[in-house]
Amino acid sequence: MNEMSNKWIGQSTIRPDGAEKVTGRAEFAADTNMPGMIWGSVLRSPHAHARIVSIDTSKAEAHPGVKAVVTAQDIVDFPVDTPVPLGIQDMRWMCRNIMAREKVLFHGHPLAAVAATSEAIAAEACKLIEMEYEVLPWVIEIEDAIKPDAPILHEYLEHDGKPSNITGTLEHKLGDVEEGFAQADVIIERSFTTRPVHQGYIEPHACLVSVAADGKTTIWSSSQGQFMVRAMTAMLTDMPQSDIRAIPAEIGGGFGGKTIVYLEPVATMLSKKSGRPVKMVMSREDVMRASGPTSGSMSTVKIGATKDGQIVAAEGTFYLQAGALPGSPIRGAAGCGFAPYNIPNVHSVGIDVVSNRSKVAAYRAPGAPIGAFAVESVLDEVAEALNIDPLELRLRHAAREGTKAAHGPTYPLIGFVETIEAAIEHPHYKAPLGKHQGRGVASGFWFNAGGESSAQVNITEDGNVVVTTGHPDIGGSRAAIANVAAELLGIDYRRVSVLIGDTATVGYSNLTGGSRVLFASAMAVTDSAGQVITTLCERAAKIWDIDPDAVTWEDGEARPAGDNAGQFEPLSLADIAAQATQTGGPIGHGAQLNTTGAQGGFATHICDVEVDMDLGIVKVLRYTSFQDVGRAVHPAYVEGQMQGGVAQGIGWALNEEYIFDKDGHVDNPGFLDYRMPVCSDLPMLDAVMIEVPNPAHPQGVRGVGEVPLVPALAAIANAVHNALGLRFSSLPMSPPKVLAALEMPEAAE
Amino acid sequence: MTDIQYVAPNTLDEAVGAFAAAGDDARVLAGGTDLLVQMRSGMVEPGLIVDIKQVAELTSVEETADGGFIVGAAVSGAVLEEHPRFGQVWPGVLEALNLIGSTQVQGRASAGGNLCNGSPAADSVPAMYAAGAIVTVQGPNGSRQMPVEEFPVGPGKTNLAPGEMLVSFTLPPRPPASSDAYLRMIPRTEMDIAVVGVGVSLTLEDGVCTAARVGLGAVAPTVLLVDAAAEALIGSTLDDAALDAAAAACSAACNPIDDKRGTIAYRTKVAGVLLKRTATIAADRAKGA
Ligand SMILES: Cc1cc2nc3c(=O)[nH]c(=O)nc-3n(C[C@H](O)[C@H](O)[C@H](O)COP(=O)(O)OP(=O)(O)OC[C@H]3O[C@@H](n4cnc5c(N)ncnc54)[C@H](O)[C@@H]3O)c2cc1C
Repeated sequence: MNEMSNKWIGQSTIRPDGAEKVTGRAEFAADTNMPGMIWGSVLRSPHAHARIVSIDTSKAEAHPGVKAVVTAQDIVDFPVDTPVPLGIQDMRWMCRNIMAREKVLFHGHPLAAVAATSEAIAAEACKLIEMEYEVLPWVIEIEDAIKPDAPILHEYLEHDGKPSNITGTLEHKLGDVEEGFAQADVIIERSFTTRPVHQGYIEPHACLVSVAADGKTTIWSSSQGQFMVRAMTAMLTDMPQSDIRAIPAEIGGGFGGKTIVYLEPVATMLSKKSGRPVKMVMSREDVMRASGPTSGSMSTVKIGATKDGQIVAAEGTFYLQAGALPGSPIRGAAGCGFAPYNIPNVHSVGIDVVSNRSKVAAYRAPGAPIGAFAVESVLDEVAEALNIDPLELRLRHAAREGTKAAHGPTYPLIGFVETIEAAIEHPHYKAPLGKHQGRGVASGFWFNAGGESSAQVNITEDGNVVVTTGHPDIGGSRAAIANVAAELLGIDYRRVSVLIGDTATVGYSNLTGGSRVLFASAMAVTDSAGQVITTLCERAAKIWDIDPDAVTWEDGEARPAGDNAGQFEPLSLADIAAQATQTGGPIGHGAQLNTTGAQGGFATHICDVEVDMDLGIVKVLRYTSFQDVGRAVHPAYVEGQMQGGVAQGIGWALNEEYIFDKDGHVDNPGFLDYRMPVCSDLPMLDAVMIEVPNPAHPQGVRGVGEVPLVPALAAIANAVHNALGLRFSSLPMSPPKVLAALEMPEAAE
Repeated sequence: MTDIQYVAPNTLDEAVGAFAAAGDDARVLAGGTDLLVQMRSGMVEPGLIVDIKQVAELTSVEETADGGFIVGAAVSGAVLEEHPRFGQVWPGVLEALNLIGSTQVQGRASAGGNLCNGSPAADSVPAMYAAGAIVTVQGPNGSRQMPVEEFPVGPGKTNLAPGEMLVSFTLPPRPPASSDAYLRMIPRTEMDIAVVGVGVSLTLEDGVCTAARVGLGAVAPTVLLVDAAAEALIGSTLDDAALDAAAAACSAACNPIDDKRGTIAYRTKVAGVLLKRTATIAADRAKGA
């Protein structure tokens, strides 16, 4: 396939969900309604940390219009001493996150839920639930949470033999760093902090759940994985998975934040108890207080190099906030930070820290931007100390085929070098800069992923094609799959409809995350389409009464393989479909695979900024990202992924942060004061796609969605350093912080 | 749950009558871009909404014989933008009003709503202070006028007596070589709330500033009229020394809070920076006027 001159792969074909979305017809979870439907509302903790002494729901239950009340008693309890992993989650923590048990662990932590005939009645009834708390001291920031006298969130979780807020560690080692640093002439060691940032999807979490009298349950919800919704709901409500049909709605953004459940199990129990369909929709405030974000961090990175420019050792310690329950993406921070480089001696440690804020959820390359921010900032300083161009330093050490990475793998064919070379050659890198302007570069890595994927390719009776896959489309997978299927079958892409099946209509498919979906589902579709083509050839052979081996499939039609096969007019898909009944029945095939061969994604970014010296505002003037995209099956979507990642990185670097008040409450739970960038904050984000096809994939696909966020924080910080001579080790570089640093350079720390 | 009544009277008297009769329970609706947001979040639960957008006095822009303007309290930024003369005479007031929100919001949001909402960070208010606007209000006991800077009395609090509503802004006629400007500092480029806002209006005669007014927003419980800054500008050629003195006066006038939108130190410094930039723009405009 890679060598083929492709007709549809590589075309920015019209997206199949476009017309419905721009005309307002696309059905999101909150648009779903059912006869007899009632509304669920959640009572949330007013405290950052408290022991639950008692919950009395009797007044709420007696309130007119109330149909059901649910508390932690209604949710399956997974005892804290036995891990129950499900994907990257652990059900011990999931059950405690969706409904507080024993303790409330953050302001906004769900305590109970009410279903009533209107949203207003449900909310009113929540206020009638009588709670008794023993309020406990709380802790938000990492540095406070790891102090010896810090309030402990989970007494049963120990570190170094004592109850601790450090709830997990991970270590990668390559070579011997001590020996490495001994050879170094230049050693730079710096510490960094980043703030937690929210995924910022536009659509709040929402679901509608109907539990029928026989227990058969239907869930419509906004998620990145209908099978994840089914599995978690089944476990948390003690139902067989076969009783639950989870239907993926159109999704208004996820970025990782919809890889876990918040509402579905609660709505399921409310529906079960009330006998009515129950709808629940989070407010923006709930989203900001109680869902996501990704971790804040505190890290230290040390890199040593010889004076001739060889990096000989690198060491990193990355503390990540997990939120109230364990499970921060330390693997992304500690694993990805050094992964782009061929460094002989590496020691990288990730440390998971809990504190009284909402449990983190995946966010685009979870953890990796945090690692890259620290590593790429220090690399910049190393380049400066050695007087080497920062891209040249990266190029000299760039991982390539055969490089052994500290986090485990020896790389197969990868395209990192190409991204750096393209950046060096690009006019952006040589463009002149004005006063108070600076340029920064950085690179980044993301693992990418394969895993379980199912697909079904069916030929309609009139000779068109319906493809069903099992992954919610958050980044263009339907459009890309249409291209792949059209290419394989040799037909116009408009004859292929791509649908996302629900848990009852398509085979198990792991969730949309890790930049895995096109990689995995294109493999399942390729396998299915291959079987379909075999069948089509067999049917043609039957019609012609020749051997199936004597038939080939070309340009959307069956043709005799050669002169020996005989002289027959080609049979189109429509011709064969018309005779399907007589030749053996309906035509369609599926595949259910555990895909392997996903390979890492690499990117290099160049960023120009200008600083308003009197107001401290950092403006991004120009941004170009270079990425090995494997194969750009649908280039407009790939470009969109690259731009989207950078836009999120700009927000993370410059303005986004949670602000807590003196009671441990989030003080900015909305888009007014949680400052994600708006369009006018951004220049055109140029995306240079470099195609080094993945040899392990039939279309050469690598994941493309996550790595574009990874280098951005450091690229921007390095640009600010270049402009001002000041290095910001703590994000965000918000105007007050920048102005303070301009007036007093120590403040940059 | 209480039902919400909605009325949209055609005359000012009817509007004031309905509003006053309902007492505390009523809210005036101009563009609704504050009110509806506050209702959705449960901050206010009015029993009666008096929509004032059918009332002529409240929705018209009139250029008076002497060259002044009377702008109805409910005139939206988008409507004011379309007025053939207003933006030439009061570019600063217009730019302040049309910094509010986005195109969609500007189609609704009014200067009256901006003022009555009582936010110290309201964008059009410092520009109105600088312009020297006089506001007219009407209530069950008739109508009265006051300088705009006497209208706000605290965050969310105004000088309106029970039953009174804001009717219009009267902007004075302009001498030659006069203009105004408004700048705000926000961490983003739009859809944000002012961390500091500065409005400057001035008149030049042979390059010398002969009159000036300075309004300063988001640095105190109400928008401030900074006389000391105006005095520093008056009599000068807007040279660096005068601008520095005016900037220092703005910084000195600040009485801000440290909050999620900005620190005390930052706001204080930025007030001075913006004064200089705003005065320079107003002066450039005045020279061209
Ligand atoms: C997305 C968005 C962005 C925004 N951005 C900005 C911004 O950048 N800068 C800014 O300053 N504001 C901003 N706002 C706030 C708001 O748009 C402005 O304050 C606007 O000027 C309010 O005008 P309105 O006509 O919509 O007022 P309304 O919402 O109709 O009224 C506001 C308040 O004043 C009262 N009121 C209105 N008119 C009268 C009257 N004539 N007499 C007595 N009381 C009255 C109402 O009862 C209400 O309490 C934004 C709002 C939104 C939703």
